[in-house]
Amino acid sequence: MTLDTSTLAPAVGLPLSRVEGREKVMGEARYAYEQPIEGVAYAAAITSTIATGEITGVDASAALAIPGVLAVVSRENAPRLAEVDDGELMLFQSSGVAYRGQIVAAVVAESLETAREAAAAVALDYRPTAHDVELRSGHPRFYKPEKVNPSFPTDVAHGDLDAGLAAAEVVVDATYTTQPIHNNPMEPHASLAVWEDGGLTLYDSIQGSWRAHNEIAALFELEPERVRVISQHVGGGFGSKGTPRPQAVLAALAARIVGRPVKVALTRQQLFSMVGYRTPTIQRVRLGASRDGRLRAIGHDAFEQTSTVREFAEQTTIATRHMYAAPDRLTTHRLVALDVPTPSWMRAPGECPGMYALESAMDELAIACGLDPIELRIANEPERDPEKDIPWSSRSLVACLREGAQRFGWEGRDPTPGARRDGRWLVGTGVAASTYPAYRSPSQATARLDADGGFTVQIAAADIGTGARTVLTQIAADALGVDPSQVRMEIGDSDFGQAALAGGSMGTASWGSAVVKACEALLTQPTSSAGTGQQGEGEVTVNTADEVKALSKLSRHAFGAQFVEVRVDADSGEVRLPRVLGVFGVGRVINPKTARSQFIGGMIMGLSMALHEESVMDREFGDYLNHDLAQYHVPVSADIQEIDAVWVEEDDDELNPMGSKGIGEIGIVGTAAAVANAVHHATGKRVRDLPIRLDRLVD
Amino acid sequence: MTEIALRINGEEHRLEIDVRTTLLDLLREQLGLTGAKKGCDHGQCGACTILLDGRRANACLALAVAHDGAELVTVEGLAAGDDLHPLQSAFVERDAFQCGYCTPGQLCSAAGMLAEAEAEGVALDAAEIRERMSGNLCRCGAYPNIVAAIADVA
Repeated sequence: MTLDTSTLAPAVGLPLSRVEGREKVMGEARYAYEQPIEGVAYAAAITSTIATGEITGVDASAALAIPGVLAVVSRENAPRLAEVDDGELMLFQSSGVAYRGQIVAAVVAESLETAREAAAAVALDYRPTAHDVELRSGHPRFYKPEKVNPSFPTDVAHGDLDAGLAAAEVVVDATYTTQPIHNNPMEPHASLAVWEDGGLTLYDSIQGSWRAHNEIAALFELEPERVRVISQHVGGGFGSKGTPRPQAVLAALAARIVGRPVKVALTRQQLFSMVGYRTPTIQRVRLGASRDGRLRAIGHDAFEQTSTVREFAEQTTIATRHMYAAPDRLTTHRLVALDVPTPSWMRAPGECPGMYALESAMDELAIACGLDPIELRIANEPERDPEKDIPWSSRSLVACLREGAQRFGWEGRDPTPGARRDGRWLVGTGVAASTYPAYRSPSQATARLDADGGFTVQIAAADIGTGARTVLTQIAADALGVDPSQVRMEIGDSDFGQAALAGGSMGTASWGSAVVKACEALLTQPTSSAGTGQQGEGEVTVNTADEVKALSKLSRHAFGAQFVEVRVDADSGEVRLPRVLGVFGVGRVINPKTARSQFIGGMIMGLSMALHEESVMDREFGDYLNHDLAQYHVPVSADIQEIDAVWVEEDDDELNPMGSKGIGEIGIVGTAAAVANAVHHATGKRVRDLPIRLDRLVD
Repeated sequence: MTEIALRINGEEHRLEIDVRTTLLDLLREQLGLTGAKKGCDHGQCGACTILLDGRRANACLALAVAHDGAELVTVEGLAAGDDLHPLQSAFVERDAFQCGYCTPGQLCSAAGMLAEAEAEGVALDAAEIRERMSGNLCRCGAYPNIVAAIADVA
């Protein structure tokens, strides 16, 4: 069958409002914990109060005596779980304690209030051992991991870095540090587990229901089809909900033990231990250049932490491998396993902290060479991917820098640091480049013609605030040749089959490709009666694994540039940001309204990394001290002034059927460097340790 | 356990409650009104903001037993039937949210804030809106759009 689509305007490219917007503003969108399930019981997690050692006893008697308590779960009575790679999920399987804040027991009760009271009444005895929780340079236990997240080579060398540096006319050799940062989505991690006939349904705050259902099935030794993971609405994640977190296992275990549905939401405080965070880093960057700014040596060494539970090696220097070319290059990663919670993904793991260091060093090099920082970057623009020696599918960094310079009013900028004063404010501007890979991963989609003439499209995507449900609706509408209002987009259910995570900025590219393929297949299906307005049986399910495997060998990345104006109080060191601009080259923008929100949100998180956020490790007790939203500072409305994001034209037909690159992470990459560079321009102080606190600016 | 009476979104309720129950948990767990969100349970994030006797309040910090006879408006009570409150429409139009988890609190806070500003005779420019909305955190970073949406209605 065919449809006459010639008169329909494409939906892709339109600033459609979010399709679930009405539900969200009415308070009707239900998140994992809010599912109306009859007879649900409440679990409360009990976490370790020592950093390392062993649990020697669990006295549950006082807790069990409280009316309404259904069970106390611990190592002493929990069922055995199959061993999985992520040790953070192996709840109650050993008496060992690997970090302070690890789940060691739990209470299940009729009410939330009772569960919390009883959790406080469980007495745990420990045998503590000495702990080491501090990442420090020269740590004797640094080692070279086999690979870095997810599967990049640990070290990459081209030529001879030392020789290149020795031969360079100008050298920058600087060490930068970044702080531990916690994802802190507004919705704390939550799960609701229902066992029925030996199968499990898990309502979970998760960025990928399909992958989660496989991991949970493995843990409970079930056939994957006996586990269904549902995540209709997810209140942010930023990587921390990428894979199942301990509360999902707790809900499932507790529900099995009490024979009733059980739900659990972590407390805000618990989000500072068991759900992941951005590792602190120590990074040394060495740049060697000729006097005209041409790079001939690039070195970038990262030192970072992991836990003793699971190795997570952040890929901090990978962006340095393709950003700029030079004959002599070396990028390395070293790790130390400390008695800390396991770090994990946080928005642009790798690129975000790595580009803070590299783009700060580029600013230092521009000053050392007496060059404008934009011109320095343009002078080092590589024609091909310097790491892999393959062509770019597209690269619009120079266009972004030039467009941004023009919009921001960069021309005529006096490079002299600390030279502009407006009353009590020191004023400066800064720029940094940004990059993020354009990944794609296999996904399955189903398209169906409904009895009412509309279409249902199903894919196990997750909308964590990205606008996925909306852009997939637009993509499906165009592929079907109908108005978006005729498309019912169903996501967030592992029963819909294999799908990429909402992570790595690969969601829309991966899911959209599958949606296009399913819709096109439906239209060409001979038995389909789509578009006839009559009842039809048409339904097609497709998977994109073959296309993803067959992608040509090209280097696919998004690029961008951030421009920041800062005002620094000369006496207090307070930093304000009156103007922030991001310019991005991301292929085709599917929805300019939601895309702009994504870019701006990413940049705000980057500003926050530069100025506000910092998890402070308590050396004595081995805990992140400031573990709540009063002491851990995320920006509030009053912190954000004029901020905008725009994009340049970029046609790239080597990506996916939409011609789009991911946009969820590139906004955060580079932003912290732009702020630090602007602070240097304003004050003459080069802050190489984030965040840029008042005490780092005031003498 | 004790009994209290509350008027919630225009409806009278007689409720038997645990004296430890907060208004937030009462709404979410006993009444199925899950619009108000729990983001921190410590009055630090504003996701649970409701209108309590006409003023914005953190429902997570209010023990229900201390508010016998009170009148509550939650995000579920802002719209007039199917007609969205102007703030709700402006939030959708301006894309003033991403994940949506802080949104009910932002909306109730904005509604309360507009009434406060009117009562105080304060003109609401962008800086004033930002200041008065800074008790409601948004981790997605939708602040510029939230301010624009509120300014549309102010």
